[in-house]
Order: sequence, then C-alpha cells, then structure tokens
Amino acid sequence: MIRITALTRNKIFWPLVALAVLMAFNLFFTPNFFRLEIKQGHLYGNVIDIIKNAAPIMFLAIGLTLVIATKGIDISVGSIVAISAGFVAMMIGGALDGIPKYPFALAIVCALLVSVLAGMWNGMLVSRIGMQPIIATLILLVAGRGIAMVTTNAQIIWLYADPFALLGQGYFLGLPFSIYLVALLLLFTSFVTRKTALGLFIESVGINPTAARFAGINAKNIIFGVYTFCGLCAGIAGLVVCSTVMSADGNNAGKGYEMSAILAVVLGGTSLNGGKFYLLGSMVGALIVQTLTTTIYAFGVPPEIAQVVIALVVLVVSLLQSVNFRTMVSRLFGKREIFA
Amino acid sequence: MKKKSIINPKNLSLFVTIGLFILMFGLGSVMFSGFLSLQNFLNLLIDNAYLLILAVGMTFVIISGGIDLSVGSVLALSTMMTSSLLEKSGWDPIAVIPAVLLMGAALGFVMGYIIHTFDLPPFIITLAGLYLARGLCYVISIDTIGIKNAFWQVAAQAQINVLGSFISPSVVIAVCIVLLGMFIARYTKFGRTVYAIGGNEQSALLMGLPVARTKILIYVLSGFCSSLAGIVFTFYTLSGYALNGTGMEMDAIATVVIGGTLLTGGVGGVLGTVFGVFVYGTIQTLIMFQGTLNSWWTRIAIGFLVFLFCLLQRVFEVRKAGKNGKSGKNGSGKKNVPVTQ
Repeated sequence: MIRITALTRNKIFWPLVALAVLMAFNLFFTPNFFRLEIKQGHLYGNVIDIIKNAAPIMFLAIGLTLVIATKGIDISVGSIVAISAGFVAMMIGGALDGIPKYPFALAIVCALLVSVLAGMWNGMLVSRIGMQPIIATLILLVAGRGIAMVTTNAQIIWLYADPFALLGQGYFLGLPFSIYLVALLLLFTSFVTRKTALGLFIESVGINPTAARFAGINAKNIIFGVYTFCGLCAGIAGLVVCSTVMSADGNNAGKGYEMSAILAVVLGGTSLNGGKFYLLGSMVGALIVQTLTTTIYAFGVPPEIAQVVIALVVLVVSLLQSVNFRTMVSRLFGKREIFA
Repeated sequence: MKKKSIINPKNLSLFVTIGLFILMFGLGSVMFSGFLSLQNFLNLLIDNAYLLILAVGMTFVIISGGIDLSVGSVLALSTMMTSSLLEKSGWDPIAVIPAVLLMGAALGFVMGYIIHTFDLPPFIITLAGLYLARGLCYVISIDTIGIKNAFWQVAAQAQINVLGSFISPSVVIAVCIVLLGMFIARYTKFGRTVYAIGGNEQSALLMGLPVARTKILIYVLSGFCSSLAGIVFTFYTLSGYALNGTGMEMDAIATVVIGGTLLTGGVGGVLGTVFGVFVYGTIQTLIMFQGTLNSWWTRIAIGFLVFLFCLLQRVFEVRKAGKNGKSGKNGSGKKNVPVTQ
C-alpha cells in the first residue's frame, strides 16, 4: 500500500498514466499504430513519427520548464523558432546546387546566437526592467514574426543543401537524429540543475523571489539566465523545424508552438504558479501532446480541428490544477479533504 | 496637489500618445504629398473600424488587470458564422446579427466564468478560447465563404458624406461603440467597479463591490465587442475566412498599451485606446505611402512602440513606488512624533 501511494505521489506517475491511456486507446482503435518497419536501416512507424514530431516541442519544453519554474512565462518561443529558422535558411541560402552560402557550422552558430540574443532581450525586460513576463515576451511575439519575415524578405526559402537535412530528417542507429539532440540537451539541463544548486535557486525564485533574495540568491540573474536559456532552446527547435521541412517560412514556422510547449510543461506536472519543476515530466507532456495530435489525425480529423481538442485538454488540465475546482469536486463527492 | 494631477501617469501617457500621433501624422504630411487630407485621416477609421471595436473591449479587460487572447479568433469565428448563416443557411440579416453577437457574448461568459470561479490565470483560459474558436471556424468551413447578401453589399459599399470626404457605416458603429465605452467606463457602476478591481481586487471585494459579476461581465463585454468587430470585418471583406484576424489579439493589446492603459490594471481609458489605434493605423499608412518597405515592418514598429510604452509605464511605476515609499516613511515619522510627545 505504501509503495502504491509513493508511486502515485511521484509527479511523473500521472503524466505517464495519461500517455499509457492514450497509447492503449490507439492500440485498440487505430489499426497498425504500433507497427514498426525497417526501411533502409531506419525504423518507421507511428511511434517513431510521434517522437520525431515531438522533438521541437521537447526543446521548447525544456527551456520553458525553467522559465515557468521561476513563475514566468515565455510566449515568444514560436517567434524565436521562426527567427532562428529564417536566419539559418538565409545563411545557407537557397542555391539549387545545394552549395551553402556560408559553412553549416557558421550558419547554425549564428542562428543560435540570434536566438540567445532574443532570449536575453526577454530576460532583460523581465529581470532588469521588471515587466510582467507575459507582456515582456508579447513584444517579441509581435515583433519576432516581423523580424523573421524581414530576414527572409517575406518569402519562403527552400533549401537544397542536403547535409543540413540531418538535423530534422536524419537517422542515427535507426532512430531520428533529433531525438538524440533532445536527449543531449535534457541530460545537460538535468545535470546542471540537479547536480548543482542551480535548480534549487530557480525553484526558490519561483516560490518566493523576495525570500530568495534575502537568502543571498541573485534572483535577477537567475531570471535573466532562464529566459536566455529558453531563447537558446527555441533556437535549436528552429534549426530542427527548418531542417525537417528544408524551408523557412517566417509566417508559419513555429506558429502555435508556444501553446503546445506550455501545455507540455503543465501536463508534465510543473505548475504555472512557479516552484518545483520536472524536466522529465515535460518530456512526457510533449509526447502526450504529440500522441494526441497524431491520434486525432489518425482518425481523419483535419489538423485545424485538432485545435479544438487541444483547447479542451488545456481547459481540463487547468481546471484540475485549480484549488477551487478540486474543492468543488470533493464536495460533490462528499469528501472533505482536497485530493492532492 | 495640482502639480501632482499633471504628472499623473494616466494623463501623461495619454498626452504622449496624442503627441506621438500628431508627430507621425505630421511627419507623413511633410514626407508625402497627399498624406495630409481629411480623407486620409478618415481612412484610418475606415480601415481600422474593427480594430477600434476590439480594442474598446480589450481596454476594459486590461483595466481590470486581466487579458483576453481570444479576441482575434472570436472575430474569425464571427465572420465564419455570419457568412455561413447568411449564405449556407439562408438566414435573414436581422436574425444573423443578434445570433453572432450572442455567440461572442456567450463565449466571453464561459471564459469569464471559468477565470473567476476557478481562479485561473486569464491568459491560459483565453488562450484555450483562442484555439477553441479558431478550431470551430474550421468546423464550419475550411474554405472562404463569400457574402452576396444585399444588406451586406449595401453596408460594404455605402459612403456617408463628411465635409466632402466619406466614411463607411462601419465607422459609425465603431464611433458609437467608442462613445458607449467611454460612457460605461466613466459614468456607470460597472465601469467604476472595473477600475476598482484593476486597482486592487481584494479592496474592491472588501468595499462590497460586485467583483464576481463584474469580472465575468468584463469578458462578456470583450466577447461581444469581438463578435461585433467580426461583423464589421465582414462589411470590410464581404467574406468569412477561418484565418481572419490571426494575431489580431496582439494588435488589440498593443493599441491599448500604446493608448496608455496600464497592464497592471486600474489606470487607463477608452480615449487613449482610440489614439493607440490611430498611431497603429498611421504606421501602416506611412509604410504604405513609403512603398518600398516590407509591410512586416509594421509588426516590428508596433513591437518597438509597445516596448517604449511599457518602459514608460515602468518608469512611472518605479517613481510612484519610490515616492510612496518616501512619503510612507515621512508619514510614519510624523506619526511617531506625536506618539513620543
């Protein structure tokens, strides 16, 4: 009994249950959902597709988890994805013979640098000027797409430089290459936040910034840091998105990603009120979001209408997090305590 | 005391906005021939009538300290519903307009109810509303639906003479909404309660103000304005399309902020928002007159202006906090004196 409660108390338990339920649903109702094939030495199948398509959301979710842990929010990540994609596409250039204008490494570094700058801009507004996070990042959400469109000259740039496709379409040991990048970033972030005091600092800033400051933590620098890191994560996501479709569309790249990523983080157990964060939970959250989307598509529902389902999931999850709602439900079932 | 009322951030922000508008319009008049004309000014109203209506609703939401991200999608849903009811279901315009307005208000009510009752962050719930409304658009139709209804044709093409220039019926609706908004904000119980909630919700509650009802009504109002803006938008485009108004919530928020309404709530007004819309429209017109610049520069310019105004607001806040801190210290000092005596 104790073991079971310990298990259910674990924050990652419920997200995993949700994922399992979704998978079980697919097992029964979606034909061939779990079929894996090996073609040209790569694994193919719905499950692999889900992992591959979830990769950009996962990058964003890693960065956003830290931002949300400080009781912040970053709604500009979708625009940063567009900027990063636009930059890398501009630097590689759309030459038909596939010869890049600048070396790949330089293009990638530059795109990431621009994304970090965008993150620093957000961080500066929130930590130094003291704007509300939603407003501070709103500025970049509005202006960012403009910047992306101006970078690409309001045109969709198609890339023919094949080596660049590795990031988003490539395979390594049978699995999509991008998932290794996610794992690398996740390992790095987990290591830095859990093996040093940094994670504790971030959580304490989210729980009570004033108390954190009195405890000698430089809250401003922590906040500045997480937004900068979030910018970097969005930049990496932008590279992968650009490479997946081998084009940069400033208008549509990363559109609505902020919503999916926020949803992934919240599903993973990190509260929007800041404090404790669960990186692994966010990854499971991203998989849930993507599995849900894929399931809806598998039923022949147009992608646009899938938004309705996502919206309803957001609603249900937010309701479950609301204390008032829990009390209401408890009363309904005649229980006095609030279930945790 | 008199000096203090001049430094009042509300008034100063408003003056800055009006000044900015005059400056930009003046700049355009100097740079481009034909810019300075009554018609060009009225075009600002004609082209931005729907934005004006959206922004009035948004002003109330932001004054109350909330935010409504769903307005652009609700606008799109209204255009879809209008065109679908008119063309596919063959409803009469007299029935269509109330039905669409009711839909907007109902969506607003649901969002407001959830936000208030379950004490959830407005941006998350209205973000869900954004996706919901946008998705519902596609449920109605994935394609554009053109409107051939006679009444709509008249509303789209009618020109009302103003001193030799003309305005469209949409402008009349927008101006009515602006006047109504100003009246509600200044002279009604509801309006004053909105300011009180934005200032301090706890205090408003302790004062016995109907916080619950007002908070829900604010979102009803915003939903109503969004659907009305949707109808006006169909006068403008004579069609319904699910991708209408993408990102328009940001334009509405931006114009409200440029208009001097504090995002922390409690301070601001509809008049400022009107000038915010004018500034927005003037930027667009300037870029159009310039001709060679990418229209996406509008977005960058708007982002930059929002940044500037947020910065301005922060400076006021910090100053105010500094002053209050000082006066608080002085006050307690004064208090201490009689006690020790």
